[in-house]
Amino acid sequence: MCTTSALHTGLSHAPPRAQDVTRKCRRGRFATAASGVNVSPGVTMRVGSSVLACCCLLLQLLGLALFLRGFFPVPVRSQSRKNSVSDIPSEPSAGAKSNWTALPSPLFKKTVIFLIDAFRQDFVFGPKGKMHMPYMTEMVEKGTTHSFIAKATAPTVTMPRIKALTTGSIPGFIDIIMNLNSQELLDDNLIWQAKQAGRRIVFYGDDTWIRLFPKHFVEHDGTTSFFVSDFTEVDYNVTRHLDNVLSRNDWDILILHYLGLDHIGHLTGPHSHLVGPKLFEMDNVLKKIHTSLMVKEEDGSLPSLIVVCGDHGMSETGSHGGSSDEEIETPLLLISSSFERKGEPAKAPDILQQTDLAPTLAIGLGLPIPRNSLGTLIHPVIEQKTMREQLRYFHLNGYQLSTLLRENVESSEKDVGFEQFKKAEKSHGNWIKLYLEGNTSEVLTNLGRKVLKQYIEALMKLSSSLSKQVAEYDMYSMTVGAIITLEILFLLLLSVPNALCSRAEFEVPLSSPFFSLLFYLLCLVLAAIHVIVCTSTENVCFFCSISWVMAIGIMTLMSALCCIILSTFGKMLSNAKSPNKRPDSVSLWSELDVILLMGTLGHVLSMGASSFIEEEHQTWYFLVNTLCLALAQNMCRKYFLVKKGNPIDLATHKRTDNEGAYIKEIYDMHKKEMREERLPILSRFVKDHEKWIALSSPWAILICCRLLRSLNQTGVQWIHRPDFGHWLTSSEHKAELSFLVAVSLVMIFILIQGRCSFVSKVALAFGLLGVYSYRAAIGHVLYPWQQSTKEISKGITEARFVYIFVLGILITGIKDLIKSQVIITDSKAKSVGLWEVYCGLVLLAALLFRPHNLAVLVFCLLIQSTLTMFIWKILKYDAAQVTLMHYWFGQAFFFFQGNSNTISTVDVSAGFVGLDNYIEVPAVFLTVFTTYSGPLLWSIHLLCYLNSESSRLSTSIAHGCYCYAIIRSLPVTIYIILITVLRYHLFIWSVFSPKLLYEVIHLLISVFVCLFFTAVDKNQMAKSDV
Amino acid sequence: MDETEIRRLSVGHVFSILAVVFSLCIPPLFLDNFSLLETHVTWLCICSACVAAVNVILLLTLKPNPSSKRISFGTKVNKFSKSCIYFLISCLLFHGIIVLYGAPLVESVPETFIFSVLLSSLTTSRCLCILGPNFPAWVRVFSRDGAMSVWDHSLQITTVCSVVGAWLGAFPIPLDWDRPWQVWPISCSLGATFGYMCGLLLAPAWIYWNRKKLTYKSR
Repeated sequence: MCTTSALHTGLSHAPPRAQDVTRKCRRGRFATAASGVNVSPGVTMRVGSSVLACCCLLLQLLGLALFLRGFFPVPVRSQSRKNSVSDIPSEPSAGAKSNWTALPSPLFKKTVIFLIDAFRQDFVFGPKGKMHMPYMTEMVEKGTTHSFIAKATAPTVTMPRIKALTTGSIPGFIDIIMNLNSQELLDDNLIWQAKQAGRRIVFYGDDTWIRLFPKHFVEHDGTTSFFVSDFTEVDYNVTRHLDNVLSRNDWDILILHYLGLDHIGHLTGPHSHLVGPKLFEMDNVLKKIHTSLMVKEEDGSLPSLIVVCGDHGMSETGSHGGSSDEEIETPLLLISSSFERKGEPAKAPDILQQTDLAPTLAIGLGLPIPRNSLGTLIHPVIEQKTMREQLRYFHLNGYQLSTLLRENVESSEKDVGFEQFKKAEKSHGNWIKLYLEGNTSEVLTNLGRKVLKQYIEALMKLSSSLSKQVAEYDMYSMTVGAIITLEILFLLLLSVPNALCSRAEFEVPLSSPFFSLLFYLLCLVLAAIHVIVCTSTENVCFFCSISWVMAIGIMTLMSALCCIILSTFGKMLSNAKSPNKRPDSVSLWSELDVILLMGTLGHVLSMGASSFIEEEHQTWYFLVNTLCLALAQNMCRKYFLVKKGNPIDLATHKRTDNEGAYIKEIYDMHKKEMREERLPILSRFVKDHEKWIALSSPWAILICCRLLRSLNQTGVQWIHRPDFGHWLTSSEHKAELSFLVAVSLVMIFILIQGRCSFVSKVALAFGLLGVYSYRAAIGHVLYPWQQSTKEISKGITEARFVYIFVLGILITGIKDLIKSQVIITDSKAKSVGLWEVYCGLVLLAALLFRPHNLAVLVFCLLIQSTLTMFIWKILKYDAAQVTLMHYWFGQAFFFFQGNSNTISTVDVSAGFVGLDNYIEVPAVFLTVFTTYSGPLLWSIHLLCYLNSESSRLSTSIAHGCYCYAIIRSLPVTIYIILITVLRYHLFIWSVFSPKLLYEVIHLLISVFVCLFFTAVDKNQMAKSDV
Repeated sequence: MDETEIRRLSVGHVFSILAVVFSLCIPPLFLDNFSLLETHVTWLCICSACVAAVNVILLLTLKPNPSSKRISFGTKVNKFSKSCIYFLISCLLFHGIIVLYGAPLVESVPETFIFSVLLSSLTTSRCLCILGPNFPAWVRVFSRDGAMSVWDHSLQITTVCSVVGAWLGAFPIPLDWDRPWQVWPISCSLGATFGYMCGLLLAPAWIYWNRKKLTYKSR
């Protein structure tokens, strides 16, 4: 048995490796792992590689879930979307009937929001402000103003900050995911409320606002922040409108967003000589606005309000995005003639939250407070109002906050802030009762002050307990998740030599975790850390909030994994010391191995740079091209290289002979198969010209890749370039698109029907016809006989027709697989079954893909069959190499489809194919399938290929599965470590987080693929044992 | 191992390096507003011409593959014309490969072609000079354990270094730094030239270092 196994293995390995296999074979029985798992008494547990890979990936998924929960704080949000006037609570009154149930009337007539990007607080309150902003300094010191330092929260980037200013909430990344594709701000916000109330809003400045609030402004002119090096033109484009607007009277709210300062910061930093003149320019703008508003203010009408603020600050190097003090502290100036002129000299400005502006502005403009606002009313703004009004405003704010709290926190009644608010509300009622009774004594004023104080305290507590929900990264959960993931990766890497040997199994040292001191010690230490962290932390921590049984379970898992890794490592070290280790093992690496490994590692490391994530497709196209060139070189060498007389000992020689005979046998078998499949003339042609076809096939693949590359432009930098995809989908090229779709469908049929059973062949043909009629029904393509465009339907019938065939083919395939499992001798049923599953998925992809992407599918199948028939069969790579190559091609096809690492390229429309309306589960499934169909199809094809190989080498599926698991878990693990390090990076929300989500979903899919592998492989193991 | 052979090789490499340096230093004396980045195509032309010329001169002076029998003039002409055709084919092949790697097909064709000419003169011209227009010999040299002399080894190393340099040079292109040298094909051609120079420096050192292990059989 040993010799045969060595012989079989030797076919795929270089001769020296075969010797190694023989040696290993002598050590242990061959194929003991009959059913994958086999528990030896007490000491270790034997696990097949594929089972190990599956378990590892599952555990890694758990670690990732923990990490994600810590990384993406769950946003505080209200169920009902927008606050309306009818939701306004009436004034609390104990017994007596209050007559004030409507919304308070506005305090200000005209409001100007003067937002300066990257305006940090020392530009106003520091020495720079005194020097360059004389008017503003004068206003702060002597004018009717209130000045504050408003603290922003990370990420200090413009878009989330605008959201914070207008909604009063702290936007999390989940928000971006929730409203996939649409950039419009759908949460309750000030601008929407103002528009509902009929206010006319004028906007000039950063076009982010226009994207967030489309159709909200009666007049707007957006400037783009794309050209960072321009810092005069952007601001001129805003200022040039000012004179016109200020002279007119047809607006209520004017929003100005100046970008110049931010650009200067990015370019030269906060201390550059350019900052001074820019500040002076801003000062002049303020002067202009203020004087022109003052002139217009007549007696009797409401006063105007000017809000001067920054969206975020600027670090010492001039960038922003993080959470250093310089970045989060922005000035906030409220200027209005209604404010009381301060007699006393200016004191240091108070510190408040940026979110406080939203409720203050809402009250000031007489609008409902946005529902998700976490802010509290800025008291000085309303100080000059009567006590009743002040109390009313605070009650509105408190009511809104406590509603939000009730909707987001389970035991909100026990919250200190909530209790205080209830108490304040009660005394407010009493006060109103006294007031309505006509009491005007000193007592009433004092009582009113007391209630006000109670309200302010309650609001502070409510706001802080709400912001705790969204405050920061939950580092503890993130660390625990990352440690689990990392341990799994170590385990996978350490067991490579065992798992990829001829037996494809791994001995899990179970005794070491459960009977060693280290294990219990680690458990204790982790538990102690857990207690310390959970009792000391201020922020909300997910890992602390789960039940202690689960927490202990996870900690036990962590320490057990650690012990297993250590004992495996120890075993490896002792094995390495053993004398029969060959020194020349390094030279076994071929150029292809080097390219595969370096490419994979290089790609993983490149994910630390945001540009490489944005342009990841370039990396994969580049790597796949290099791979094809390497294949071409290998091919050349095989056919052209003159054989040299290598010093080969007799035994090896003999083996080579045997090998040769065996190869011939297999080759003939393959030929026979081919002859059955294809027309005899074609097969003869292939046989005659095999050398030249094989030599040219890598080049053909290269050309295919080049064509696919120009089909869909993706990424960020070159996405605007014209591509074939847009050309085809434009309406004037419908005929071309129809032709392409028809040809593609025929090609798909030709390429995959060969290995199906007759029934599924027919089903496939009907399914593909159905795909065409679906496309025609929804108006993407034309029927050749029906030129006129008839009415366009949603194509539900046609799509469901195709779904039936997809299901039919899949079920036939699975039935065949189960049959092969029951009847062990039936090996053909299994390969047919696998191929049918593959066909079913191809058919589903053909239905769901955008019409022009059918070409991608065709090329995918074409490349797969070329690789299988002419390259791998001839060059005889082992399972690990083939798996890596499959993975690379899968990744490249992910991007060939037009995907990228931004959320915006996800084709959401695929989720509606064949559905009347949005149903969550199928829609999500279909969207995910469409997005990842490239990698998925390649991995299923890998399984088909390895299964056909397994007649030659029984462990190939196990090896493939194991490699696949490693190659998926490596990037994920490295990436979460990178993202933890870079968590204050400027692009964390725009570039890194979407990529993280893509990676996690990809890992989830890989888990399913691995499970499928294992299911097929177990069957294989059982068979080989018999 | 023949020490003199290594010495001859090193001299040859020094001249090759000087050719690249020459292409950088001399043109500014004759051409107005010449600079590596702005008039990149001009530099590419000059550099490839220099490198190719030096390779031919070295072939004539150092004679890396001395053959015992006399070669007639006709054979020489034949060989020369064959070499020219090979060089042209290699330029076209490199152009094709670069386009396959994603260079624009229609736009900036001159740049791409000049870059492929540079690559050809860094790699193919050396091959032609050392091995002659003999395709099987090329395949032999560029496969494992195929080198039969120090010249073959140096050829292997410099060629691989130039190609890998060009390959690595493509990586900065997607970065969003907006630097002038990120424009196609500047970073790649700089990478190739740099790799070539590294290879030239590395090859004699490596051969000298491994001179005990390298035993060449007579062909």
